[in-house]
Amino acid sequence: MRYLPHTDDDRRSMLAAIGVKSIDDLYRDVPDAARIDGPIYDLPLHAGEMEVERDLAALAAKNVAAGSVPSFLGAGAYRHHVPATVDHLIQRGEFLTAYTPYQPEVSQGTLQALFEFQTQVALLTGMDVANASMYDGATACAEAVMMANRVTKRGKAVLAGGLHPHYRDVTRNLSHYTGFQLDEGAPNPDGGEDLEARLDDHTSCVVVQNPDVFGHVRDLSGLAQACRDKGALLVVVVTEAVSLGLIESPGAMGADIVVGEGQAIGNTLNFGGPHVGLFATRDKLVRQMPGRVCGQTTDADGRRGFVLTLSTREQHIRREKATSNICTNSGLCALAFTIHMALLGEQGFRGLAELNHAAACRTADALAAIDGVEVLTDAFFNEITVRLPRPAAEVVSDLAARGVLAGVPASRLWPERDDLADLLIVASTETNTGDDVAALAAALEEVL
Amino acid sequence: MTERTRTDTVEAETLSGHRGLDVDEALIFEMDSPGKTGVDLPEAPRDRPRLGGVTRRGPIGLPGLAEPEVVRHYTNLSRKNMAIDTTMYPLGSCTMKHNPRLNEKMARLPGFADIHPLQPEETVQGALALIDRLAHWLKTLTGMPAVAMSPGAGAHGELCGMMAIRAAIDARGEDGRRRVLVPESAHGTNPATAAALGFKVDSVPGGEDGKVDIEAFKAKLGDDVAGIMLTNPNTCGLFENDIRAIADAIHEAGGYFYCDGANFNAIAGRVRPGDLGIDAMHINLHKTFSTPHGGGGPGSGPVVLSDALAPYAPVPAVIHDGERFRLVETPGQHGHLGQSFGRMKGFQGQMGMFVRALAYMLSHGADGVRQASEDAVLNANYVREELARDGLMSPSYPGPCMHEALFDERFLKGTGVSTLDIAKALLDEGFHPMTMYFPLVVHGAMLIEPTESESKDTLDRFILTLRGLAERARAGDAEFFHGAPRRVPLRRLDETTAARKPVLRWKPEEAVREAAE
Repeated sequence: MRYLPHTDDDRRSMLAAIGVKSIDDLYRDVPDAARIDGPIYDLPLHAGEMEVERDLAALAAKNVAAGSVPSFLGAGAYRHHVPATVDHLIQRGEFLTAYTPYQPEVSQGTLQALFEFQTQVALLTGMDVANASMYDGATACAEAVMMANRVTKRGKAVLAGGLHPHYRDVTRNLSHYTGFQLDEGAPNPDGGEDLEARLDDHTSCVVVQNPDVFGHVRDLSGLAQACRDKGALLVVVVTEAVSLGLIESPGAMGADIVVGEGQAIGNTLNFGGPHVGLFATRDKLVRQMPGRVCGQTTDADGRRGFVLTLSTREQHIRREKATSNICTNSGLCALAFTIHMALLGEQGFRGLAELNHAAACRTADALAAIDGVEVLTDAFFNEITVRLPRPAAEVVSDLAARGVLAGVPASRLWPERDDLADLLIVASTETNTGDDVAALAAALEEVL
Repeated sequence: MTERTRTDTVEAETLSGHRGLDVDEALIFEMDSPGKTGVDLPEAPRDRPRLGGVTRRGPIGLPGLAEPEVVRHYTNLSRKNMAIDTTMYPLGSCTMKHNPRLNEKMARLPGFADIHPLQPEETVQGALALIDRLAHWLKTLTGMPAVAMSPGAGAHGELCGMMAIRAAIDARGEDGRRRVLVPESAHGTNPATAAALGFKVDSVPGGEDGKVDIEAFKAKLGDDVAGIMLTNPNTCGLFENDIRAIADAIHEAGGYFYCDGANFNAIAGRVRPGDLGIDAMHINLHKTFSTPHGGGGPGSGPVVLSDALAPYAPVPAVIHDGERFRLVETPGQHGHLGQSFGRMKGFQGQMGMFVRALAYMLSHGADGVRQASEDAVLNANYVREELARDGLMSPSYPGPCMHEALFDERFLKGTGVSTLDIAKALLDEGFHPMTMYFPLVVHGAMLIEPTESESKDTLDRFILTLRGLAERARAGDAEFFHGAPRRVPLRRLDETTAARKPVLRWKPEEAVREAAE
């Protein structure tokens, strides 16, 4: 077995050193009934690298890779070009195979990268501080609501109808068990939603996604003011981090907490995970923020260094009084985000955002020109919603058979809402060529 | 912290700030040259934007660097890390085993890495099949009937298991069952998870032998008890031999048994937790099944469930309808999981980790998984025995242990040297230290988990080193320890100031100056 360094002689001499006859003696505390003595029925025996590779490659081949066809899927996960440098660097064994940086003297690589990550996230969101990442955007959203409840000591969160239903569901799930209330808005594909009217003196926060799940972009400054007036926090959710290159930052619009999905930067789609949750807030709220945080300090020689800090919020110190049970984050995905952002820089990041917007404009125009297709989004970043003359799930299926991944049918996200069945959510990124858009339009015309 | 000696300081100084292979790296924000970039993108057409007027005003403040600068920066940063790839990393409770590169290669196949979570099911049949195969392995190795795949890490898995328990109790209409028993030796995530879900945490004391005090446990049972969260093998590195009795008692009292599976690497292929009467257990794919820790994630924490809890499992879930694989994305979809407690994560789970874990399983096979567990247990016992030889270091409990060996600082009594000092001295010796000060049930805990990946030669060198340090401490050379580490990129860091006056991001110098004024 190539991964196990011991020879049988090693094992024998070690057992002798321990003073036992066989390995079974070391398992003597295990009740007999729970021991497996023979081989395990139904599982294969060990295999060489070549055999495993053949086996898994065959499974991979049964999937349609998004990059192999024109693909317009978004709704919370976005396909962007990831520079070769990113994946090469995150595979440095010193990054890849290190643990959470508990020993800062020998973890400065991870720690400094996290400090850079936190700074980048704070800059992008227009906030004061950010944590070292969460599992994903949806869990970050639920944690933001819990934080707002702690900060305001109130127990009712208003969720915008334009919030991604998966984010709503994860938050709803936690609210059910932790006992806070949710005021959930209905999805409005035409945009516009009077959130101010739903604020009252019990509201801990308003959670609003921008661009929303249908792609609409809105100015949140008025809502932020209304929240302040009522003593509630404004939580802004960003599922497409590249949008922050072109849209006014949530911080500048008055957000108190910004959470989001960072997958779009530096990370591949991975069928939904691992992704990387972003979490940023104001200085004054930092001690209520969940998750790992890296901070700057000095060593005994006065040299600058970085450590995990504010751990008195965390489970390993506070146990049942912790702000969150979170332990692991998405360190390596955060590193990929950081390296991609470092490569992009101000100029590259803005340019990338512009390319995305331009691609979506091109797609919107091409789809609007098709008979029976109505584009519902007029203010958007890289994602639009269109109404089709028949159920979008069927159309998507027909288009998949023609080698085009057309987008996400709204029925996939709201299976219970018949009124949304004809809607298709279409994302475009810098990876979509003019030919891709033409192929989408042509295939759509063919099946409608 | 002690005064640094003059010699240390002089050695630290060079003209460049670099120290040989240890290259001083500024923050990227301090390397900024506006106008530089590390990507070449086509020019975007200058059409009228359709952003509804919500356009970003003013610069973001991101630094500009060219590609070679970025490559060198992060390469040099990486060299400031210890990692499994570079040295033995016996961090107890963390299972720092070898991370095979085949797994990385497989996870990057476009058919896995480049598929969108909301693609039509007919275009991702291979991915769903992979999740189903991994689920089969997990169920078979644990002897459990069901598994929830979506939790994103161990603590997230705990949340999943405890939500299922809440849902099962709610379904019985017993809203008075809110007390959860948690042994003192538990991971901090256990009480934090229970508390997050509205349970009242009730701590169960440990016995003299490092295991649950079964009488104390039984005395705490009652009709308000929702369940117990127990790690097995436990955090003292011991197998709870009364586990079957604990399971029976908790069930008899109407509660459920949550098992923290962080230490599954001791027993995979040798013991089926399903035979021990558990109701839920998370499995850290990033521990037992070798997916890389990545400096703190991403992890993956699927949860195996008993028949009693399986109906409440989260969505999404993969099913096979006889013809093809389907995703159940909402409770009740396709006639499945109508009682599901709901969704825990954006999409279907950590697919990238699933691929790596399955590659690990297929490589090892059932025989290799068992051998790996045995070698892990063998290594821990070998280290335990050799360190304790001639009464040098003090194991906290009688052996044998499972895959990790627990020591405490009794052997350091009166030396002026602490567990922390020993750990810092180990850094200079080129070893990553053991877990320190956990579990909390012994003083100055040192929890050593070598894993099966270490050869006998490496173990012997580690043992020789740690014994040497123990002897040096006992010989009264406290100053040596207080000044450690000296041979790694940084000396001890001031964590107190870091927490008291948090600096959590870089700011331009003007901003820092203004804030100070």
